[in-house]
Amino acid sequence: MTQKMINLTINNIPVTVEEGTTILDAARKLNIRIPTLCYHEDLCVAGNCRVCVVEQVGMRTLQASCAVPVRENMQILTNSMKVRQARKNIIELLLSEHRADCTKCYKNGNCELQDLANEYRTGNQMYLDLVHEKSFTIDMSSPSIMKDDSKCIRCQRCVRTCAELQGVNALSVANKGHEMKISSFFEKPMHEVVCTNCGQCINRCPTGALVERNYIDEVWNAIYDPTKHVAVQTAPAVRVALGEELGFDPGERVTGKMVSALRRLGFNSVLDTDFTADLTIMEEGTELLTRLKRALVDKDTTVSLPMTTSCSPGWIKFIEHTFPEFLPNVSTCKSPQQMFGALVKTYYAQRKNINPKDIVSVSIMPCTAKKYEAQRPEMRDSGYQDVDYVLTTRELAIMIKQAGIEFLKLEEEQYDRFMGNSTGAAVIFGATGGVMEAALRTAWEIVTGTPVPFENLNITPVRGMEGIKEASVTISGCKPEWSFLEGVELRCAIAHGLANAKQLMQAVKDGKANYHFIEIMACPGGCLGGGGQPIPTSPEIRKKRAEAIYSEDEHMKLRKSHDNPEVAQIYQEFLGEPLGHKSHELLHTHYKARKRY
Amino acid sequence: MKKTITMESNKLSRVDYIFRPETNRLDLLKRVMSKDKDDFLLELIDSGLKGRGGAGFLTGLKWKLAKEAAGDKKYVICNADEGEPGTFKDREILDRVAGKVLTGMALCGYIVGADEGYIYLRAEYRFLSPKLNKMMAGINEELKSIGLNFKLGIRYGSGAYVCGEETALIESMEGKRGEPRNKPPFPVTEGYLGKPTVVNNVETFVNTVIIAEIGYHEYKKLGTDSSRGMKLFSISGDCSKEGIFELELGMSLADFVDEFGDGDTKAVQVGGASGFCVPRKKFKETIIGFEGIPTGGSMKIFNSSRSMYNVLHNYLDFFQEESCGQCTPCRVGCQQLYKGIMAVKRRERPATYLDELVKLAETMRFASKCGLGQSVGNAFVSIVENFREEIVY
Repeated sequence: MTQKMINLTINNIPVTVEEGTTILDAARKLNIRIPTLCYHEDLCVAGNCRVCVVEQVGMRTLQASCAVPVRENMQILTNSMKVRQARKNIIELLLSEHRADCTKCYKNGNCELQDLANEYRTGNQMYLDLVHEKSFTIDMSSPSIMKDDSKCIRCQRCVRTCAELQGVNALSVANKGHEMKISSFFEKPMHEVVCTNCGQCINRCPTGALVERNYIDEVWNAIYDPTKHVAVQTAPAVRVALGEELGFDPGERVTGKMVSALRRLGFNSVLDTDFTADLTIMEEGTELLTRLKRALVDKDTTVSLPMTTSCSPGWIKFIEHTFPEFLPNVSTCKSPQQMFGALVKTYYAQRKNINPKDIVSVSIMPCTAKKYEAQRPEMRDSGYQDVDYVLTTRELAIMIKQAGIEFLKLEEEQYDRFMGNSTGAAVIFGATGGVMEAALRTAWEIVTGTPVPFENLNITPVRGMEGIKEASVTISGCKPEWSFLEGVELRCAIAHGLANAKQLMQAVKDGKANYHFIEIMACPGGCLGGGGQPIPTSPEIRKKRAEAIYSEDEHMKLRKSHDNPEVAQIYQEFLGEPLGHKSHELLHTHYKARKRY
Repeated sequence: MKKTITMESNKLSRVDYIFRPETNRLDLLKRVMSKDKDDFLLELIDSGLKGRGGAGFLTGLKWKLAKEAAGDKKYVICNADEGEPGTFKDREILDRVAGKVLTGMALCGYIVGADEGYIYLRAEYRFLSPKLNKMMAGINEELKSIGLNFKLGIRYGSGAYVCGEETALIESMEGKRGEPRNKPPFPVTEGYLGKPTVVNNVETFVNTVIIAEIGYHEYKKLGTDSSRGMKLFSISGDCSKEGIFELELGMSLADFVDEFGDGDTKAVQVGGASGFCVPRKKFKETIIGFEGIPTGGSMKIFNSSRSMYNVLHNYLDFFQEESCGQCTPCRVGCQQLYKGIMAVKRRERPATYLDELVKLAETMRFASKCGLGQSVGNAFVSIVENFREEIVY
């Protein structure tokens, strides 16, 4: 079916676009930029900031170009006198309710309102200051997210993110008129509500109203402290996004430069979370096979299937609040970050002969929920807080800039040799479907002794940006000890973005879907679209990062977690075997049912 | 015959259609049902009836659009969220002739093909609901008896002024926050629960019944070319007679003030807080109707003892609280206007700051998302332009 085409003019230039296109998109086609604030590619159209208003010849009122679809013979003016006056007034109005202490603001230099103010040269504050009359307290209750209402311009991007992408609804609009604000349930502090700390709201906040709790100074202090051994681990998704903050285009792999920058910052050891991602696959894969065995051979009806992944701390907090009845289904494996933390202060400390109390364990994550996860009381199995500080990709970029490191020109370096080895299977943890793919590469080989039957190990059915993906493989050629799996169709599902996760789990709950293994990542696109990643984010940017992840995987010598020699070594020297006693002690955890409010 | 009205000949004409007791409902409905729907729509359009809520969209056209809209399910909603300051006529209609309103809704349901109709009742009018519920139950049965598949019900507002705006009303009915939607799409194509929906004012439905009753020829004799028919006015303030009066549209404000003023009228606020303030010097040239100043019915009369600063202050205080808060021009603009006139009064800003505020009010008119924000400038500009000295000094 061919789309109906619509003819119109924008600033007297004729253009033909498909029916249903908005004025904003039609203008973009002509390379006419119309400024926007409440508009975000990932979200539904709100049309409430009114910055994008344009004049439609013959209409009394201006039209919000993000919300109005084109019509035949429309004449649009994007820069008429009426438009300019309205737009300038609107920007000035926004500034009058925004605490514009730009030089002190964490988002200084990466603020869409600041950019607009600059573009329109708003100059002296024309309107009355509405901020300083009211009292605002910055909500610093959450270990992940800081909320400062005095900088909020009520565009509701965060509200739409929380509702549409995440299905969490921790943030919502309260009150009306001059008292209208973005608030939480009964205005409770962020750490007391259903917030999953995913940080997607931060990624979409145009100003500094929602930012991560940053631990940059704490990390600098640790680095400067000569009595401390500061060990840093970096998550898979950081290496494909950090470049965006430091002058590269989206989709550039900067692993080597990042390692080199971390050494120059003064970290004593530069290690890779990918190592424990490989370890996760060994533990989680074994856990899945054990559960399957109990269900299929022992006919144990108490075994909880489907099993879901546990790497995403946003997902964990979400399921604790929303589907507590499914907590037994969640893999007991800690996330790679926490496995790493527990091992750094035990295995690593022993091997390097360092007193664990002198180790400061820092992780660089694409994630804000990891900050919360690190502070969970369950995460102290080494006898200390396993991970002391969690920095986002953005915070690392700030430290690199502060240190005066010219990132673009850095030589590439390798991770430390100990706890720095990893495989391609670990790298793809950073993309939605990655854990599933990595687990299948290993589990298949454990069971059959042969590689997964996919070309070049690329299990493409589990890749891609579809909200919920399903895949199934029929197992054949089992080794004798796994013969009970012969002919079994292993059904898997993958969801990313908590709204999709909610939908998937609801289907499981309602008995409408039947799986063995479910991978869930809280953020759109998986960790590469995490709440700690560079701002802005968009489907296009996330696609580029995903391509970079898979290209990193292709470039690795080893592509399967069980091939990682260090993994074999740690089982031999320290852990014993997957799901063994020591593993249980350090690498596994439990969850807590939480109320909705 | 065209009725010509000149300033001089325009006598205030009181009529009595709306509160006249209802004739046989079923006969009327059966009569309409025996005819072609499109013929009735043509008559309704020809009658010139415009929405009585204040915005003045042609009612027949609205029904026609809803009838033509594709949808397996359609709704009729009666907007009884009468919230405009100084309006109190819908309450009276629902109290005295609710049957006519319900008949009008059924009529609309029949024409557009809707099988459910709701009165969105202002929270403060909840006391009317026992009576309305009883009446609805009866009418639901009656409609069934003549083969009209239409069910009536009530939904309650929660006290927000903005929910009188039709899309905010629909959001509120859906259980969401009462915030206006982007238009298009308009409710006639995507309204309540995404289905084609007619939203009309209480008085509009009564008018449709009157047209069905007396015929559009008779109806057209009332009012003027641009403003057909009669209208209920809620008259308050410094007046000789106050209350609800049914008048033909198209009178001059001078005649109105002669009849209702207290002899010392300084200004009339036509159309409530979102309407216009007309000073004495413009009474003669001002027509009450769609060719002049339209009104949802609110007429507030101020005499010389009133401070127009206080009047404006009061309106702006109202708006800064009753804006839903979602769009920038309205949310922040209302606060700036409100605080701005106080700053001028206190000499914290020069008198010329009022000119900046007038420009801001213009921006609010052009750029706000819904009728609320777009009409705040009406009262502001008309008061500041006509009573500037009262604002400054």
